[in-house]
Amino acid sequence: MKILVGIKRVVDANVKVRAKSDGSGMDLTNAKMAMNPFCEIAVEQAIRIKESESDVEIISVSVGPKICQEQIRTALALGADRGILVETDNEVSPLPVAKILREIVLKEQIDLVILGKLSIDTDNNQVGQMLAALLDYPQGTFACKTELQDGKIEVSREIDGGEQTLLLNLPAIVTTDLRLNEPRYASLPNIMKAKKKPIEIVTPEELNVDISSGLQMINVSPPEERLAGVKVESVAELVDKLRNEAKVI
Amino acid sequence: MSNLVIAEHDQNSLKSSTLSAVTAALAIGGDVDILVCGKGADDVAKSAALVCGVSKVIHVDNEIYEHQLAESVAPLVSEIGKTYSGVLTPATTTGKNLLPRVAALLDVSQISDIVNVKSNNVFQRPIYAGNAIATVESSDSIKVITVRATAFSEAEVGEIPAPIENVSLVFAQELSQFIGERLSQSERPELTSAGIIISGGRGMQNGENFQLLEKVADKLNAAVGASRAAVDAGFVPNDYQVGQTGKIVAPDLYIAVGISGAIQHLAGMKDSKVIVAINKDEEAPIFQIADYGLVADLFAALPELEASL
Repeated sequence: MKILVGIKRVVDANVKVRAKSDGSGMDLTNAKMAMNPFCEIAVEQAIRIKESESDVEIISVSVGPKICQEQIRTALALGADRGILVETDNEVSPLPVAKILREIVLKEQIDLVILGKLSIDTDNNQVGQMLAALLDYPQGTFACKTELQDGKIEVSREIDGGEQTLLLNLPAIVTTDLRLNEPRYASLPNIMKAKKKPIEIVTPEELNVDISSGLQMINVSPPEERLAGVKVESVAELVDKLRNEAKVI
Repeated sequence: MSNLVIAEHDQNSLKSSTLSAVTAALAIGGDVDILVCGKGADDVAKSAALVCGVSKVIHVDNEIYEHQLAESVAPLVSEIGKTYSGVLTPATTTGKNLLPRVAALLDVSQISDIVNVKSNNVFQRPIYAGNAIATVESSDSIKVITVRATAFSEAEVGEIPAPIENVSLVFAQELSQFIGERLSQSERPELTSAGIIISGGRGMQNGENFQLLEKVADKLNAAVGASRAAVDAGFVPNDYQVGQTGKIVAPDLYIAVGISGAIQHLAGMKDSKVIVAINKDEEAPIFQIADYGLVADLFAALPELEASL
């Protein structure tokens, strides 16, 4: 079976970023970049499937500038077999990303697509569902457990009140939630081996995908800051303040 | 201009997050209709018809819509929604699962998790886990939008019902199948609609100690939540989680106990009206956003708090 995993290069989850003072975007100067944490979980899940099933090939795909090869290499070091970079220096919004992935899924005859549920920069949470729509495939979003069955995949999903389980026909789209697995680290020998694994480079134009979007960012601004209040000395003082000052109890 | 709001419900009652989405739709302007699709959800349609500002309710009743599977509901919503200028849902897990599929079927962008309507085509939404607010402009013919419910007040419910139009549209599919659902049972209010929330973090040390929070919660009729650290440590189930990757809440009172205040957690609760932090580490970042901070051992403070309520 062929598994496609999507990989996005984003600012490292531990870096606190701020809006630029002119509002033109986020200040990412010298910020450490990394693979989106939800994509790491997607890669890990694909590797676990490869370890438990025979004849699985994992293709990792990223859309973005040349430097995204770094994150594709990380996926290759973790256990993906080959990479595809859809190279563009433009910002690509979720719908065109889904259209790009559709072309690759069809060309590569992918059986299972595993994507992160969202990327921690734009927080959109869209690509997996859009790709499923474009291909008319079933979707198992926010997955916390997956299990392959004969030609199908059972997906447990995190929903607001608890958990839901669906059975999807393959080919299918799965998006990962945090508790699906704990990603491994790449070993040094595997990092060395990954350097020899192939990365194919294509452009959106070569895939005949128009990457324009109906949504334009006008500006970004810092959120309203919340100021620290007062320290109280005792539980009694706290209860008094909540009753008589804040009037919330 | 006209907007279609997709009702969130459990076949019996309309979820309050839908009322917030109606408020956002009214702010955009034009007529607002509500779509109720489900199995035997007549009461939901009747409740939706009483929401102030709603022009009509479209009710589609068929068993294939019972579990709101995106593979059936998305083609239905895109078929009905294509005549509207806006299609909105609350940004719940149901809405987030459904709406991008609708947007792709309509070949338009989606605007996720809006917190403000600036005009009929300009919206604000948080990015980078709430570390910035993006202002975005849509030129799409249909604006497909998920609404952060805590950022909009709930539309009022009146007494004169809007008309309910029954529509028969069946999008059967065999791609996906519902197997089961495990919903947590609780006597307490739901996290996302509770007026008061008391949450525990890693400082609770184990799941049993959450009883200390529950006792306070019972006195205040509060919901109980948790930080991701507490959920990851296995103290409580993951639907307790408040934070960027859990539930976004904005109660009148949020009491954070033994929670250090990671950015991830703050993103889920910093819009609460009043925040209380109880933590023995006076350097904990949670104190920087708390209205009232108490530096204390929670194992002493919680029983005392319970006794004084």
